[in-house]
Amino acid sequence: MAVNFQELGADRNQEWRNEMRTRLSAKERSNLPRVKMPEMGPMERILGFMEVNVGLNEDAAVLESQRCLDCSTPSCISGCPVNINIPGFIKLIEKKDFLAAARKLKETNALPAVCGRVCPQEIQCEAQCIYHKMKKAPVAIGYLERFASDCERLAGNISIPPMKTGNQIKVAAIGSGPASLTFAGEMAKSGYRVTVFEALHELAGVLSYGIPEFRLPKSIVRSEIAYLEKLGVVFEKNVIVGKTLTIEDMKKQGFQGFFIGSGAGLPKFMHIPGENAIGVYSSNEYLTRVNLMKAYQFPHYDTPIVLGKRVAVIGGGNTAMDSVRVAIRLGAEKAMIVYRRSEQEMPARIEEIHHAKEEGVEFLTLTNPVEYISDADGRVRQMKVQKMGLGAADDSGRKRPVVIPGSEYTIDVDTVVVGVGTDPNPLIPRTIQGLEVTKWGTIVVNEETMQTALPEIFAGGDIVRGGATVILAMGDGKKAAESLHDYLQQKK
Amino acid sequence: MIEKNAVAGHDKLHFKTQFVTVRQTWEDDPMNKIVAKEMLSENVVKLVVEAPQISQKQSPGQFVIVRTDDRGERIPLTIADADKEKMTITLIIQKVGTSSHKMANLDPGDSLLDISGPLGKPTHIEKVGTVVACGGGVGIAPLYPIARAFKEIGNKLITVLGARNRELLILEKEMAVFADEMIVMTDDGSYGEKGLITVGIEKVLLREPVHLAVAIGPAVMMKFVALLTKKYDIPTIASLNTIMVDGTGMCGACRVTVGGKTKFVCVDGPEFDAHEIDYDEMLKRLNTYKKEEQVSYDGYLKSLP
Repeated sequence: MAVNFQELGADRNQEWRNEMRTRLSAKERSNLPRVKMPEMGPMERILGFMEVNVGLNEDAAVLESQRCLDCSTPSCISGCPVNINIPGFIKLIEKKDFLAAARKLKETNALPAVCGRVCPQEIQCEAQCIYHKMKKAPVAIGYLERFASDCERLAGNISIPPMKTGNQIKVAAIGSGPASLTFAGEMAKSGYRVTVFEALHELAGVLSYGIPEFRLPKSIVRSEIAYLEKLGVVFEKNVIVGKTLTIEDMKKQGFQGFFIGSGAGLPKFMHIPGENAIGVYSSNEYLTRVNLMKAYQFPHYDTPIVLGKRVAVIGGGNTAMDSVRVAIRLGAEKAMIVYRRSEQEMPARIEEIHHAKEEGVEFLTLTNPVEYISDADGRVRQMKVQKMGLGAADDSGRKRPVVIPGSEYTIDVDTVVVGVGTDPNPLIPRTIQGLEVTKWGTIVVNEETMQTALPEIFAGGDIVRGGATVILAMGDGKKAAESLHDYLQQKK
Repeated sequence: MIEKNAVAGHDKLHFKTQFVTVRQTWEDDPMNKIVAKEMLSENVVKLVVEAPQISQKQSPGQFVIVRTDDRGERIPLTIADADKEKMTITLIIQKVGTSSHKMANLDPGDSLLDISGPLGKPTHIEKVGTVVACGGGVGIAPLYPIARAFKEIGNKLITVLGARNRELLILEKEMAVFADEMIVMTDDGSYGEKGLITVGIEKVLLREPVHLAVAIGPAVMMKFVALLTKKYDIPTIASLNTIMVDGTGMCGACRVTVGGKTKFVCVDGPEFDAHEIDYDEMLKRLNTYKKEEQVSYDGYLKSLP
């Protein structure tokens, strides 16, 4: 998506912005230290599922907003997959017009309270901040995004962005994760009648079943959904497209355009001996039981989970970190990350790794499981692992793990969570004829437009990417909404 | 063993179906409304539920995931029957724990909170000659639409039903409507012939050529039916009922080993080649939450008025 510098320039040249820039010199601004995110102490937070990051207060947020130099060509924006007008909203915080800052975010981002919490800003917007060139810490854009959107929510004053007049054209989003929610918000703003179909009984996809309460409270997700409902988006739960309802049925119901955002729902296993032992979970199952089904409140809620005392989580991504931190909160005495490369290669956010360590997680890096050993009842009791070394870089640019012969040993475990990634959910690609699919099961799209081989069907998020982040999925949803709008307008 | 007074209560309920009027409009009305309820035995209840979309799409062998209330589990239930005109599906539930008991306690007019489906692959129905349909316990419920479909396509259908005793035998009359022959086996001999279901099946296999067997019931029963039909080299399919959460391939709770490979019952099944299934592993995995289920059930029973 191209950044519209003309629009940004006009926004920046408003009188108050010009005046704001002169209040403090660039030197004064750059000498301010980066704010620290207040958080619950590790010993306190592992007792429950309360949110770890507490959020900035007003003073801290305004002070941090003053650090932003309001660059004339802001490089941060190009680091954001949905091109939020970053200096635009930050300067509104500096002006102490927090609700206006929230509105500014909503112009481009339908889920700012979510993004402010789960986006890897350190490799996106904040990685592009001018401060890096000055050898200083970047502006805490993510914290400020969270602050502004939280202010709006807590004020109970959720604004509705400018909406185009309704055009009565029905469009559908399949799946209700971040890609679809963004698509739905954008289409609704453009005047379309949007229905979102979700297979589960709860909306928001990975934001509901995947990311734990302590990192993304479900109340936040619900309020983002409520906002979309205010925009006129209709949600239908318990509808499995391809099973309950086909694309053909939907066409008969008058839907003219479609967006597939069905995600990477299929868990990967390692196919090593003993993997079907009781107590060996996919991270999807482990997190779904806890986040979606509230197994941490069993027996108050009906869904149980094995409460492991010695838990090994296989993998080094955010999902693995979420799983291991859930294990700690479920009472594990020993919770381990078992990862075949070194910590440097871990795909998880640094903040998550840091939080996990604070909470007492042990990191067994350069270690790979080869077998699970269970007792007579079939419950996992031990895992056999081998040590790994690092060889030459592979396709991903990361050093390839190599087995060290004869290095096997066993570790006592009673729960294992396999968090080595997910594959695209084949349910939808399988049931739509004419859709082009790669050998990995992802849907082929035109990268510019997100259009599939079928002109009225667009796709984005993990069903196209295989396994990425919330914000990249949102970027896809936004792009697809723009393209579908163009497509439907041309068709008229 | 059933206590005397329980049997008395059961007699009163037996075949006394309660009905409510089928709705005319869908506006402002709860979804998934129960329109009829019948006790098939002391512990087995039949619910006819409004499911407009699922009733149109379902085929024999498919299942739904049901959640009774907002603290409830997601549990898989095979669709025992469907009525496209009335837009209903039939679910048959055996009271074994909290979720099933909650469901069995619902009455006509009440609603299930969530139903999603139809899930899983439909049974591959074809004309093969003679089909032996073997159902054990509450497994007779999912067997019912499959057996009927095999008959309707032109097969000779022999049903062998097994139950612990007469009271626990379900759908006998319904099956009799279309079965060419029916053999009933009870563990205690209180009805039909005394003995395990395999005894009844073997009698058929010794007597005449059989081209396909379908086995649905407790895992142990399917294991022994599979061993038997393997001996006679009869192709056999079994429909598995494992623990599930989402039912759409997302979690892998339902994984089983079939022919040495891990399969997901929800998307690869629920039916598999009965001779290739690792029943021992499946039996163990079914016990994953035995302790927790008891805790939950005890608490639930205590909470009842």
